[in-house]
Amino acid sequence: MNIYADNAATTEMSEAAINAMTDGMRNWYGNPSSLYTIGQKAKEKLEEARAEIAGIIHAQPREIIFTSGGSEADNQAILTAALNGKKKGKTHIISSAFEHHAVLHTLKKLEKDGFTVTLLPVHESGLVRPDELEAALREDTCLVTIMTANNEIGTIQPIAEIGAICRARHVVFHTDAVQAVGHLPIDVEAQQIDMLSASAHKFHGPKGVGFLYARKGIVLQNLIEGGAQERGKRAGTENLPGILGMTAALKEAVGAMEQHNTHMKKIRDYLIRGLSEIPHSALNGDAERRLSGNVNFSFEGIEGESLLILLDQKGISASSGSACTSGALDPSHVLLAIGRVHDVAHGSLRLSIGEDITVQEADHIIEATKEVVAYLRSFSPVWRDLTEGKKEFILK
Amino acid sequence: MALYSEKVMEHFLQPQNVGVIEDADGVGEVGNAKCGDIMKMYLKIDRDIITDVKFETFGCASAIASSSMATELIKGQRVEDAMKLTNQAVAEALDGLPPHKLHCSVLAEEAIQAALEDYRQKQERNKE
Repeated sequence: MNIYADNAATTEMSEAAINAMTDGMRNWYGNPSSLYTIGQKAKEKLEEARAEIAGIIHAQPREIIFTSGGSEADNQAILTAALNGKKKGKTHIISSAFEHHAVLHTLKKLEKDGFTVTLLPVHESGLVRPDELEAALREDTCLVTIMTANNEIGTIQPIAEIGAICRARHVVFHTDAVQAVGHLPIDVEAQQIDMLSASAHKFHGPKGVGFLYARKGIVLQNLIEGGAQERGKRAGTENLPGILGMTAALKEAVGAMEQHNTHMKKIRDYLIRGLSEIPHSALNGDAERRLSGNVNFSFEGIEGESLLILLDQKGISASSGSACTSGALDPSHVLLAIGRVHDVAHGSLRLSIGEDITVQEADHIIEATKEVVAYLRSFSPVWRDLTEGKKEFILK
Repeated sequence: MALYSEKVMEHFLQPQNVGVIEDADGVGEVGNAKCGDIMKMYLKIDRDIITDVKFETFGCASAIASSSMATELIKGQRVEDAMKLTNQAVAEALDGLPPHKLHCSVLAEEAIQAALEDYRQKQERNKE
């Protein structure tokens, strides 16, 4: 049995996306900037895609810029708000401690350039508190950037509340919605979002393509200089096949969103109940306010990389916040941000299930995880110390 | 998975000498849970020969494979030969480790050294 449970890393492309891409490659090879018919046909396709995506998130077509993915969109959004703010003497930025590195590393760079960054705590629940955001706002705050849903623990942030606070205080609000677009309803008007980043391969579209929504009136700063594509804000001949694939995938994902979420939530909660039976384990992040496909557990006394490789042997593809999986010294900054100590963060497992997961597959995941955790604990000196009372259990 | 050599996978999936020696003559523990790797080695030594060795490891696949390989390399050896075990020897016997995993072989070397040192100290005490 092969179960792909790492959809937060990337997703399998949908048939609709593959068909739209091949259609784009076969039939719409013209350069949208060319003035002859073949070029203008491609341009037409491009603008249709833009209008489709804009409609889905309740934006205007001219507010959508196609990018190479979520990271580029995050970089462009943040640098835009920072540089525009600096012109008005505003150099303070608010974000959260568990943002994606595309956000955190961009903020680090800005700090070196003289910006001040406040990272809001996300507490044990993995949620930003709107009152804490409000208290952190300053006269010189030029940007608030908070992700819509966390990529590791799946917690869904109170975006509409954050949007309302920012709007009232005239501060630009950007959200990295890479894990949310195609999985949660997005309405940039109702949620008062000024900028939003998305990536196609997280919703069964192709890799290497995404988009940035920037509200009309925000003058975007270019990351890539060159031709006048994307209203002069993102140079380079448009990746039309990718954009068409992304649009087809998003359309399909949004069409079936409710049905998918209902099903996945059921399986997610089934997995959480099953994995909770493992002694000295804990769910990471709020149990309710989380993506319907996300399950993230910590198991005391074991290390995540060996867990993943043994699960892979049983046909299960998953991920972990252990340092060993990334070659880093510290475990996941997300797990540390919600207060997990190093020892426990190393022993984490993230399952991000797909829409077509079955109860049988969930049973296999639960059984396999129970077996592997017990096996690894059987020769873990940490587990021995815990069970012999030489060390205190951190997870009850 | 191309992340590790076949040898590493073999020793990770079927580790040799896993367990505890209750009446060990030398015990060594290195690493810490904060970094994500802990190795504990147990030695049984008879007339300067390592007659039995067992390990317990908390860590990634290469840490477990390194422990397994290190125990295999010193089993049946004289104490003075086991003292010469290097992390390179462990890594080589595993057909190499990814660069960021080399510290696992270092940990295996250190765990063996710690167990041998514990044995040596116990010997000293017995003499007194």
